[in-house]
Amino acid sequence: MSAIENVSRRGFLKGLAGAGAFVLGACYAPEMLWGQQSNDARTDDARTDADKAAFHPNVFVGIETDGTVWIVAHRSEMGTVIRTTLPMVLADELDADWKRVKIDQAIGDRRYGDQNTDGSHSIRSFFDVVRLSGATARLMLIQAAAQQWEVPASECKTDLHVVVHSASGRRLGYGELATAASKLPVPTKDQVQLKPKSAWRYIGKGMTSYDLTDLVTGKAVYGMDAHLDGMVFASIEHPPVFGGKLKSVDNTDALKVSGVSQTIVIDPFKPPPAFQPLGGVAVLANSTWAAFQGRKKLKIDWDNGPNATYDSDQYKKELQETARNPAKVIRAQGDVDKVFTPTAQTFEGEYYVPLLAHAPMEPLVALAEFKDGKVHAWAPTQNPQAVQAIVSSELGISKEDVICHVTLLGGGFGRKSKPDYVAEAAVLAHKVGRPVKVVWTREDDIQFDYYNAVAAMYMKAALDSNGKPTAWLQRSVFPPITSIFDVNAVYGDPPHLAQGWTDMPYDVPNLRIENGPAKAHVRIGWLRSVANIYHGFAVQTFTDELAHRAKRDPADYLLELIGQPRTIDFKGVEYPNYGASLETYPWETGRLRRVIEMVIEKSGWGKRKLGKGSGLGIAAHRSFLTYVATVVEVEVNDQGDIRIPRVDIVVDAGLVVNPEVTKAQFEGAAVFGTSVARSGEITAKNGVIEQSNFDSYPVARINEVPYQTNVYLVESDAPPAGVGEPGVPPFIPALCNAIYVATGKRIRELPLSRTNLGKES
Amino acid sequence: MANAIQFKVNGLAHSFDGDPDTPLLWYLRDTLGLTGTKFGCGVGLCGACTIHKNGDAIRACITPVSSLAGTEIRTIEDIGANGLHPVQKMWMQFNVPQCGYCQSGQIMQAIALLKSKPKPSDDDIDEGMAANICRCGTYQRIRAAIKAAAQEPA
Repeated sequence: MSAIENVSRRGFLKGLAGAGAFVLGACYAPEMLWGQQSNDARTDDARTDADKAAFHPNVFVGIETDGTVWIVAHRSEMGTVIRTTLPMVLADELDADWKRVKIDQAIGDRRYGDQNTDGSHSIRSFFDVVRLSGATARLMLIQAAAQQWEVPASECKTDLHVVVHSASGRRLGYGELATAASKLPVPTKDQVQLKPKSAWRYIGKGMTSYDLTDLVTGKAVYGMDAHLDGMVFASIEHPPVFGGKLKSVDNTDALKVSGVSQTIVIDPFKPPPAFQPLGGVAVLANSTWAAFQGRKKLKIDWDNGPNATYDSDQYKKELQETARNPAKVIRAQGDVDKVFTPTAQTFEGEYYVPLLAHAPMEPLVALAEFKDGKVHAWAPTQNPQAVQAIVSSELGISKEDVICHVTLLGGGFGRKSKPDYVAEAAVLAHKVGRPVKVVWTREDDIQFDYYNAVAAMYMKAALDSNGKPTAWLQRSVFPPITSIFDVNAVYGDPPHLAQGWTDMPYDVPNLRIENGPAKAHVRIGWLRSVANIYHGFAVQTFTDELAHRAKRDPADYLLELIGQPRTIDFKGVEYPNYGASLETYPWETGRLRRVIEMVIEKSGWGKRKLGKGSGLGIAAHRSFLTYVATVVEVEVNDQGDIRIPRVDIVVDAGLVVNPEVTKAQFEGAAVFGTSVARSGEITAKNGVIEQSNFDSYPVARINEVPYQTNVYLVESDAPPAGVGEPGVPPFIPALCNAIYVATGKRIRELPLSRTNLGKES
Repeated sequence: MANAIQFKVNGLAHSFDGDPDTPLLWYLRDTLGLTGTKFGCGVGLCGACTIHKNGDAIRACITPVSSLAGTEIRTIEDIGANGLHPVQKMWMQFNVPQCGYCQSGQIMQAIALLKSKPKPSDDDIDEGMAANICRCGTYQRIRAAIKAAAQEPA
């Protein structure tokens, strides 16, 4: 989930009518942002409260004459508190009183730039943009007051929600100035000055969620809660095998269910699937329950299509075999083959991570209405512009005629960046001429996901007499995400190879990094941390194996492999760096070292007395431009049950805008990682996914997660980096490395539920 | 309605004469518009739909309306309707919610737990809350908020 992926998606979507939604790059603030005219051409249903306010100098902010400040949240809220944090940054530059700020959730609209809330980049991509937006408004308020007082603007400044003329002591509130400010020309960017860090009110101190009260009183409105009078409810029976098609359906019994009004066949997707509906049979009814019941009565004959023989056990063997053979070289230095001689001391390891499902607490859901040639959709979506693109493509209407209202999301983790479910609602609403709410069951959610790729990794090192690598080979094989946009894609694309693989940071004289081909038999997609999950697991587990083999302290050994602080040189290597420039966000091994050194200290590494059956494990990983080191303490009893008493995480994410919220993201990442490690596994037989609900796809519960997770944020003036995802990748190998210390059992395959960790009798 | 089922929701009398197998969850959400109670799994595995029946925490998604005759149902909408409940206050103080979708159920479960165990131990919390999943992973804060709420006058 990185910004650069938007670019790769764009490439693959070129053939689709809906490609335009991806054209705006994440870091790009369109000039049309600036100026009052930016919104005037829009019809009322596409205008925000900010647009309608007396003073609206740009698309992100509007000020009413009563002093109310509307700030537009154009990113989606799924628990990272971004809907609060970016507006808070704008409010800081505006010197606005947070109590008088109202947040206005944007519809999908290209004028905001990128809205795809994934890739942990909302802050880094929009920090400067929203600061400039707030500072522009502030400058215009100052100019309006100066004009009124007939004094130079340079003699005026702002205090909380007021402009002040210090010499005369005169003050005017923002509301009083709104009308006058609206008549001024909008200054150019170079005329606007941002606050110095010392003057920040909110940035770096943080703010709790704007929605906090609603979140604890049941008033928060998610997609599941969207309502239109006269709406009907739909539940869809999808083809059980990816790529399958309907042969015939008998709906006689379904229509007998009380409340069921009709059934509608949805066409299968035309390859590549991208974000099209999967197809199937929809049952429409006057309640969700009636739709579910009716669906159970459908009698359907399916053509299961080309994936009908897909068997994940067999597929695993194929991936592992591919990983054992030379593949495409994506980065190399020195010559590993010269070192891997028959007499060399070498060590190999094979690692495996299965398909993973997102399972956000809110199953997929969308409400759509088709009226007067336009679609209005209410959806918990991470990407309202992708909703516009796919709905416009499905219905043959323009993107501007797709109004996507973004509700709160009951979790997302990447799944809700892919709007197939919203397209289903739009297609049905278009057919029946009434608002339709499509509700996926949990079973639908787990069986028809865009799964995080299954991956096999092969590692080999040649070691000197001290056990230090002189040559390092690593090879990964996984079905790529790009396969949903290009049916022939089998190799990892550069943005995903860059996730903890191309950028393996060790200072080894001979290095070769490879990637082998794998064909997808299910939809593959972004899931929190994405390829970093399996890449980080392989690199950090293999490192720990080498450390123990060399009888070295794993933390010291890790530091030694990273070597002296340096900036990794990617000359001649395709390394997209999460869409960020390497000048602004260089890969600095010194920062990785520092988080490791700090976690050694904070966790009491090497000093803590642990009982029998306990162990500490360490791992470190850079992802989404953030450096993280994690120490996990684990206890394993004779039966093989694990407990995780304590986790210490040190994070260098550059400037942290909202620290408390950031800590919560890393606490959550430890839990997400626990779920992946303990029980995350999707399998298939005859093309059908074998898991379906939280019994067969368990996620971690309160009694299974780390008891105490301590998060330490490194004070930094480096530009802000990601915080939603980077906690997951190092947690998993740190846990598995701890299990090795506790039990002597080395985990090379996930999930842990596949390994008996108990004492053999 | 001769066969109508009578029960109370948040203090108000209701009479239901639809399909008696209808789970309470969908009656609350689709018929009464009480959407604070969430759909998460539909089979009683995740706790997002936790509500109170005569003061006990139950899963609305697997509770047929037919089983409710004469009962008092309470949902998140009624908790804190006249001032926030101590559990809700502590949920805010500890910044528990991330996405928040599971939190109605977590709060209903926590209130029921504190009723039976006013000073819950860690084991009590594990046992009392293990049926409620939070995918964002707010468990550490949930535990802290429950302990803090236990110190508050109810």
